Amino acid sequence: MNRWQFFRKLAPLLALMVLVLSACGRSDLSTLRPQGPVAEEQFGLMKLAISIMLIVIVVVFAISFYVIIRFRRRPGDKTIPKQVEGNHKLEIIWTVIPIILLIILGVPTIQSVFNLSKDHTKDPDAVKVVVTAHQYWWEFEYPELGIKTAQELVIPKGKTISIEAKSADVLHSFWIPSLAGKIDANPGANVNIMYFSAPKEGVYLGKCAELCGPSHGLMDFKVKSVDESSFDRWTAALQAPTALPSDPAIKEAFVSKCLTCHAVGDQGGPAFPNLTGVGSRETVGGILVNTDDPKYSNEGSTYDNLHRWIEDPSAVKPGTLMPKVDLTQQELDGISKYLSELKLDYEQ
Amino acid sequence: MAHGHAVKRYSGLMDWLTTVDHKKIGILYLIAGGFFFLVGGLEALLIRIQLWKPLNDFVSADTYNELLTMHGTTMIFLAAMPVIFALMNAIVPLQIGARDVAYPFVNAIGFWTFFFGAVLLNVSWFTGAAPDGGWTAYAPLSGSTFNGDHGMDYYVLGLQIAGIGTLVGGINFLVTIINMRAPGMTFMRMPMFTWSVFITSALILFAFPALTVGLAALMFDRVFDANFFDPSGGGNAVLWEHIFWIFGHPEVYILILPAFGVISEVVSTFSRKRLFGYSSMVFATILIGFLGFMVWAHHMFTTGLGPVANGLFSIATMLIAVPTGIKIFNWLFTLWGGSIKFTAANLFAVGFIPTFVMGGVTGVMLAAAPADFQYHDSYFVVAHFHYVIVGGLVLGLFSGLHYWWPKMFGRMLNEGLAKLTFWTFFIGFHLTFFIQHFLGLMGMPRRIWTYLDGLGFNEMNMISTVGAMLMGLGTIFFLLNVVITAFKPKNAANDPWEDGRTLEWTIPSPAPEYNFKQTPLVRGYDAYWKEKMDGHTEMTPAEPIGSIHMPSPSILPLFMAIGLFITGLGLMYSHGEWGKIAGIEAGFVVGGIGLIITFACMIIRSLIDDHGFHIEPEELQDKGVKA
Repeated sequence: MNRWQFFRKLAPLLALMVLVLSACGRSDLSTLRPQGPVAEEQFGLMKLAISIMLIVIVVVFAISFYVIIRFRRRPGDKTIPKQVEGNHKLEIIWTVIPIILLIILGVPTIQSVFNLSKDHTKDPDAVKVVVTAHQYWWEFEYPELGIKTAQELVIPKGKTISIEAKSADVLHSFWIPSLAGKIDANPGANVNIMYFSAPKEGVYLGKCAELCGPSHGLMDFKVKSVDESSFDRWTAALQAPTALPSDPAIKEAFVSKCLTCHAVGDQGGPAFPNLTGVGSRETVGGILVNTDDPKYSNEGSTYDNLHRWIEDPSAVKPGTLMPKVDLTQQELDGISKYLSELKLDYEQ
Repeated sequence: MAHGHAVKRYSGLMDWLTTVDHKKIGILYLIAGGFFFLVGGLEALLIRIQLWKPLNDFVSADTYNELLTMHGTTMIFLAAMPVIFALMNAIVPLQIGARDVAYPFVNAIGFWTFFFGAVLLNVSWFTGAAPDGGWTAYAPLSGSTFNGDHGMDYYVLGLQIAGIGTLVGGINFLVTIINMRAPGMTFMRMPMFTWSVFITSALILFAFPALTVGLAALMFDRVFDANFFDPSGGGNAVLWEHIFWIFGHPEVYILILPAFGVISEVVSTFSRKRLFGYSSMVFATILIGFLGFMVWAHHMFTTGLGPVANGLFSIATMLIAVPTGIKIFNWLFTLWGGSIKFTAANLFAVGFIPTFVMGGVTGVMLAAAPADFQYHDSYFVVAHFHYVIVGGLVLGLFSGLHYWWPKMFGRMLNEGLAKLTFWTFFIGFHLTFFIQHFLGLMGMPRRIWTYLDGLGFNEMNMISTVGAMLMGLGTIFFLLNVVITAFKPKNAANDPWEDGRTLEWTIPSPAPEYNFKQTPLVRGYDAYWKEKMDGHTEMTPAEPIGSIHMPSPSILPLFMAIGLFITGLGLMYSHGEWGKIAGIEAGFVVGGIGLIITFACMIIRSLIDDHGFHIEPEELQDKGVKA
């Protein structure tokens, strides 16, 4: 067979590969487009591993194709090939070369294992966050700043964020693909630590990566990296007093039907997502994206999303603990409007 | 009839229910495993239909979790394991020149407990709630606190009963291979498939008890309100992960080693060449089996074990690549210089080699713990283990089935249809799973019911679903082939491929009840090939023709398994669902009745002597069988 013809046959395959690799996904979600030093270190190791493995694959494929084509049995061939028992030289070669390749991969692996397990929980320069995973939402507590929020982890850009992850119910896993690999959120006193940082401002997508029930796939969160002064304004705004709805009927409904579980400002219960500043979050419930220009069925204005969520939470997230609260149409509209206007003014 | 006993010999359905013949048990395993392969495949197709577009609601979130759990559990325990056991039963005794396995009665118990465990697991679809905690059943999601319905009870008890079958099966094959080899068949003359079954059986012996313990503890948590794994009661959720993977990782090698064995046989036969580097193959198999127990924590890199454990398990895992690489190159150099005939069986085997390498290299990538923080529980992992299990094991099993079909059934599968099966299944497989590597790297977690639009996942998921349909089509072609072949005359020759090298090809297809009229004398590795090369047409017998001692059939194994089935069902409904009988939970009463049935069968078996029966030389002559 003509060798060039063979390569010409392979060309479309290669072109397809390049096409697939170039579409590496969204920069705020893909591990192949790292946006921070931790994800970058992990991507570096991935690239090294992929390169080594491509060599292995090319060698095996080349030998396979050669053998398949070269040693086909011709029709009517009755000859008995030479019965080879083995070949020590060859066998040593294909034992030693893989060992060398593994050493090349193993050394940086070990370095990286220790590097990424650094404990920043006592680092005075790091921002500490206690992440508590719940069936299907994320709670973020900043113990040194005395604040708590949900679903949206706001961080100052460039600073090391020290995470202590745990779970309030079943196993979850805390994953921000474009910033850092995951760590499990275990129940009990089994706290895991990790760290990451985001040198650039922006919003990054976070996901739950451990099966945790029906809405596991919908347990998204956001990491929002802002400049340091915005972050300071955000922490201050979170602690400032929050006004309740001005309409007395809506206020009454909100206090008696919402604040039993949720908190705004210094009022309400701590068990479920803190709603302070919910109107300025990127999403409602982690998945209903707030935008004035909705393109997909999970997008809408902040008001529409809140309305949709409160009206029937389990239609958005099957299995969520939030019940369908008994509200009149006015109360539903009013509370949605109040919450959508519950904004924190911290970004410039 | 010197030792003659009046042994009842059954026919028709009763023959199958009472059989202790390893060949028939092999066929039973194949039918049951094949059926559950179709069930698991259907579940896979429903999963892929749900994921073919974003925010789809083809199935509900609850149903989706049931589907993914049952797909994994079914494919591993109820499809892959029994089809492996089908080949083990059908072929190993023939390959070592034995007349049956060491414990034919236990062999039947193994099948029936597997079968009733499997049925129990699938009964859950009809009682309102199938298991939905993933095939790994991670606590506390699998515990009664977060999983109040009976779904996970079916998982715990169904697998426990099916696990008994696997464990006794493994022990049986260990004893058989150690004790029942024909004269002259030393360990280092055993065919590679027998070697791989030997190592697999050893892995079963050491790995399955871990699963048994874990399931028993989880059963105590669920049925008797114990607190092994629920942190709210002082238990530890990570403990389950350890127990599960101490079983679970060797299980991966339990699955893949027999496929390695099949590939070794098929590649060698169809290239008319001795297996290249036989002794290093044996060594590599043993090493893989050994290392398989040292790497379980690589499933738990993100659990928070700390850098020392993560580092050690990274390196240990990478080491497995070395013996696996040895095997790959030995196969390639078996083909090298050979005279390769591309039968369907060999297509599957040759397709296996590069496909398995792709699964293997992603395995090494996953072994690097820091990078695994990114891959873990994403679609990259889904792609990896499907490359290993489907691209490895399933291609291997297809290869073995096409290769040994004439020996099991006396009929050759249709080659044209078989090749069509290969190409549709093979192309469909790569289409389904290759793209999933990239989905994972782009941030798609596994086990998700649906995904949002606009994340860039849409096209790849669509391609993956199309691939899955093609795999389904390939499976239909295989079924069609089986059905068509069943209506053909039973005319396969002793050595239908004409290049057979091992003992199973020296006897008729299908093998007679007693396998070998005279136990053969083995004079070297590739015993039959050696005789052929020396100009002989058959093996030298190691004994004169004499009466052959056979085990008698028994219905007891079936009833023992039915007893366990009833017990399992009773234990699940022991929280007041069925009311009380004389102040005791009805569920416990039913469970007790089941146990009584099982123990009564054991007592009957222990107290009534059964000496089996003999097939006399005259009878052998009458049948005119060429052995």
